[in-house]
This record gives sequence, C-alpha cells and structure tokens, in this order.
Amino acid sequence: MNLLVTFKIAFRALGRNKMRSTLTMLGIIIGVAAVIAVVSIGQGASATIQSQIQNLGSNVLQVMSGSSMMGGMRGGSGSTNSLIPEDVDAIESECPAVRAASPGVRANGQLIFGNQNWAASSGIQGVNEKFPIIRAWPVASGEFFTEGDVRNAARVCVIGKTVADNLFAGVDPVGQTLRVRNLPFRVIGVLSVKGQSQFGQDQDDTVIVPYTTAQKKMLTITHVHQIYVSAISASATFTAEKQITELLRQRHKLGSNQENDFYIRNQTETAETQQQMSGTMTTLLAWIAAVSLLVGGIGIMNIMLVSVTERTREIGIRMAIGARSRVIRRQFLIESLTLSVVGGIVGVLFGIGASAAIAKTLGWPTLVSPAWMLVAVIFSGLIGVVFGFYPARKAAALDPIDALRYE
Amino acid sequence: METQVISKHQSAGEIVLAPPLITLDHVHKVYKMGDVEIHALRGVSIHIERGEFIAIMGASGSGKSTTMNIIGCLDRPTRGRYFLEGQDVSKLSRDELADIRNRKIGFVFQGFNLLSRTSALENVELPLLYVGAKHAERIRRATEALEMVGLGDRLHSMPNQLSGGQQQRVAIARALVNQPSIILADEPTGNLDSRTSVEVMDVFQRLNREHRITIALVTHEHDIAQYAGRGIIFKDGRIRRDYAVDVSRSAREEMENLPLLEDDEEDEE
Repeated sequence: MNLLVTFKIAFRALGRNKMRSTLTMLGIIIGVAAVIAVVSIGQGASATIQSQIQNLGSNVLQVMSGSSMMGGMRGGSGSTNSLIPEDVDAIESECPAVRAASPGVRANGQLIFGNQNWAASSGIQGVNEKFPIIRAWPVASGEFFTEGDVRNAARVCVIGKTVADNLFAGVDPVGQTLRVRNLPFRVIGVLSVKGQSQFGQDQDDTVIVPYTTAQKKMLTITHVHQIYVSAISASATFTAEKQITELLRQRHKLGSNQENDFYIRNQTETAETQQQMSGTMTTLLAWIAAVSLLVGGIGIMNIMLVSVTERTREIGIRMAIGARSRVIRRQFLIESLTLSVVGGIVGVLFGIGASAAIAKTLGWPTLVSPAWMLVAVIFSGLIGVVFGFYPARKAAALDPIDALRYE
Repeated sequence: METQVISKHQSAGEIVLAPPLITLDHVHKVYKMGDVEIHALRGVSIHIERGEFIAIMGASGSGKSTTMNIIGCLDRPTRGRYFLEGQDVSKLSRDELADIRNRKIGFVFQGFNLLSRTSALENVELPLLYVGAKHAERIRRATEALEMVGLGDRLHSMPNQLSGGQQQRVAIARALVNQPSIILADEPTGNLDSRTSVEVMDVFQRLNREHRITIALVTHEHDIAQYAGRGIIFKDGRIRRDYAVDVSRSAREEMENLPLLEDDEEDEE
C-alpha cells in the first residue's frame, strides 16, 4: 500500500474527530510556538550584541588614563596624565597579542564652514593613521591622513557623516577648508557611517585630526587621553589586556603595592560575556519550551492509545481483509506523525506571530531563522514518531479474531 | 494418511487434475486459558470443492466458529493440516496469512463490520488498497462488485444511510472485490429480519449459481441452511453430520412470492 494512501487514511481518521485532533495538536502547537518565540528573541538579542561588537572595531581595547589621588580625594578616570605617546609605541611593538594601537586625544570646540557652524557631539578626536583599521571604520570618500601627516602635525581632518551633512549641505566636503577651534583645517576625507555607539551616542558626529595636531595646536599637552588597541583576535583581547597591564606598570614604574594609573576597558570581552549570557538564557528557555513539547508528545500518545482502543474493531476488519501488522502499525504511526507535524507547522506560524507581536509591543529585537523553523518541525515530527510508536505497536499486535469480536 | 486429495475437475473439455479448494486434514485446535486447556476442535476433516455452497451449523461451542477462523486464515490449527488450493497454510506466518486473507478469502460478518463514515465504494475498495491496486482500477472493481450485489446506485452512500440488508450487501461486495477463492460468512443474517435475510440469501445464491463463487456460511438457523447445497453440522469439536441438501430453497422465488411492500419497509428501517 503506498504512502499517499496511508496519509489519506490518516487524514480521514483524524478528520472524524476534529475537536480531539485539534486539542491534541494544541500541545505541540504551544510547545513549538514557545520554542520559536524564545529562540527568535534570543537570536535577536544575539544579533544586536553581535552588531555592537562589530561596531566597536576589530577586537578593540581602550586604555584610559587612571584616576588621580590628591590628598585622599580621588578624581575620575582620565584625571591623570599618565599615558604618553611612547606608551602607544611600546604597546604596539612589545605586546604580541596587539595588532595595532593608536593614541586618542579628545577636544571640544566649534566647527565653522562658510556661514554655518556646528558643535560635534562626539567631539574632536586626535588619533594616528591606524585608527580606521582599529575601529574598522574606513573613509567613504577622500582618504584618511597618513603617518607623515601625524609626524608633521598637519592641519588636515577627516569628518563624520553627521558633520558632513550639517555643515556641507550640497557641497563635497573633500578639499574644503573647515575651521576647527578657529584654526583652518583641510578636509581630506569623509568617514563611512558608523551609527550609534552602545551608549546611544552618534559616532558620526565627529571630526578626526592627527593626534599630534590636537596635542600641539589645540590643547598644548604632551600626554594622551586614551589608547585604542586592536588585539590580533577576539579571543586574544584578554591576553592583550594582561600584556598591556604588565607593560604599562613596568613603564610607569609602579611598585607591586601601587594601583594601576590606567584603566583598560575590554568591550569585546564585555560584549562576549553578554552574548554568552543571552545564549545561556535562550538555551534555558528553549529547554523549558522543549519540555512543553514533550508534554505535547505525551498528549499525542494518550490520544493515540484511546484511538487504538476505540478502533479495535476497525483494526480487526482491516486485518481480516488482509492488512499486514506492518501496515496497521504504519497507519497509526502516520496518524501521530500527521498530528505532530501539522501541529509543528501551525506552531511555527504561531511562533512567528508571537515573536512579531513581542517585537512590536515590547520593542525587543527578534530574529526568526528558517533553520530553527525546520528544526522545530523535524523535532515535532520526531516526537510524533517516538510517542506514536507504542500505540501503533499495540494496534499492530492485536489478534484479528479478538479485535473483530471487540465490543 | 492422505495429505493431499486430488479430484477430477472438468474444464474446457479437458480433464485437468486439480486439488480441492479446501482440505482440512484432522485439524485439532486447543486453546490455553491459564492452566485449563480447551479442546475446541478434535480432528476435523473437510473437503470443499470449487462452486460449493456450504452451510455450517452447530450450537455455540461446537467448534464451527473455530473452524471458520481456521478456514479464514485468521487462526492456525494446533495439529493437523490445512490446504488452501493445494498450498499448506497451517504453518504460515502472520504476514503470509494476511496476504492469503487478502487475496483468497472474503469475509462477511454478522455485524456487517463496515467502516463508519466511509462510503460504500470506499469500504469495498479497502481490500484493494492492501494489494496496492491503482486508483482507477480500485474504483472500477469496487463499482463492479457493488453492481453485482445490486447496489450500483448507492456507491457514495454512507453505512448509516443504508438499511441493514444493504449494509450486508456492501460487506458482501467487499468480500467479493478481490475475486477470492471462497467467501466466508459468519451468521450473515443474524442481525436481519426474515425478509431482509431472504434478500441477502438471494445475493449469495446468485453469486454461487451465476458466478460459481464458493461460499461457506455459518448459521444456527435451519431454514437459512436450506438455501445452501451442503450442510455440515458440528458438535463437541467434531463433525457430526455432513450432508447434501436435497431440495434447496430458492430465495429468488420466495422473494417474488413476498408481498410487495418490501421497498417501503426497507426505507423505514
């Protein structure tokens, strides 16, 4: 007997008890919908964190100058002048886990072009020529400044998209002269869009200049505010952190009982921890949902057992007119498979609906992946086979004479 | 002891040696109910030729149902042998017996045993499903079988829309559809009133006379046995009497003599 006919028989048998079939499927539907919703929330969160990690740059660490202690009063982070450009060179040349490093000098001030003026919310940043690589932030047009520009403290700048839009409406900024803190700078490039930082700051609202220029021509300082470091890989960020700490303690001649005069922010690590936590939560919730799927499976088994008992006579008739045990077993297995797979598919649809509703009402990012839909449907099919097997075997083992006589 | 009985069978002018349709050779059946052994059959030997119409009678517990179950390949003898068309089927496996039931045996039961909420046509198609017949062929053969029992106009009726007699005729069509060697009917008129019983017996007689279909029928009503050509009476697990019915009744004639309100009554059921 071909499979199509068996499916047809199964559908008809389930159709005879629509209410019961629907209620039985409900167990699977709820289970699958829960799994899909939980996983899509988890994957949405994971994707958000992932994009944040990408946004930081390539395996970025930030070294900030530490807090000062003056007469027992502690200043905030960055209140000392402990970091100098030579620290940057040393980190890059002496730490094996570090790929590149750039100083970071911050300044604020008004930007003027023609009759327009603008104060960039992310400020004026002084860095070296490796900054685009470290932050994974290339220029969209023009070019970034060179090592020579840094050495010569050239008055060149690269601007973010927000600055370009607000000051240079309708004009190509590249080649124009921008007045930064009342000094003329030649705009040599416009950065690609970076978007918001983790903390909601518009990173494109910025002007980037050689750090030497910022030090000498704007702030007249010799130290740097922070150091951007790119580790050789995501997993190397922790090693890099250790190597930098060791190196800087040594360079800053800190005794073993002295606190660090700098502070390293390892955002990659933070993000990865977040990623792991969200992954763990997702797994946990998905397991809880899977348990409800299991309960659905037990529901199927229960109904199939009832169905086998109810249809003992039918089984007897089928056997008498020549159905082999195998055919009977397959018929009941396919019935439970149909229940669970149809339940699975409906559950996936409900799950998609639920995650869309969650995304809309709670504003959580959700991501429904086709792979998980497939997994959910296959898994529910598996549940149908596993929990349908015992009732089906029971049906197939019936004696035709007893089954025919069953009242 | 003879193991295989050969009989002369006339066909197309040639003399062909063919085994009898059914040979039961000293068949015993013992059921174990816990510690108690029940001897249901104590050495039953029967030969059935093609085209016979046999009525099997006996009180309950006489062994007639057990014999029918064995002939129907639903059960296996404890001792003795059973040849169906010359093939020893007493030692076959469950699956092999299922295949034999499908191809060579047609069952008609007392309680009709149709699948509910399944049309007459689909009920009759059922045995063909298990041999893997194509859809068009199933429809054709099931329709033919229903026409043979006079239900060509009720193909798509559900069992609950049919009278008892009609339901039993659907069951007969189902038994016929695979062109079996023998139709086994277990008290086919047991649930029917006397007029409908005659109607069903007419179907059996026509199938037997016009289509040479072999029929074995279990009944406890002597008048029903009168429609057959041979009677076998069981008692205490043995055959007590095996006789030819001298003057067989004709259901057709009796139906013609019945009052003409038959159709009206049928609809009221």
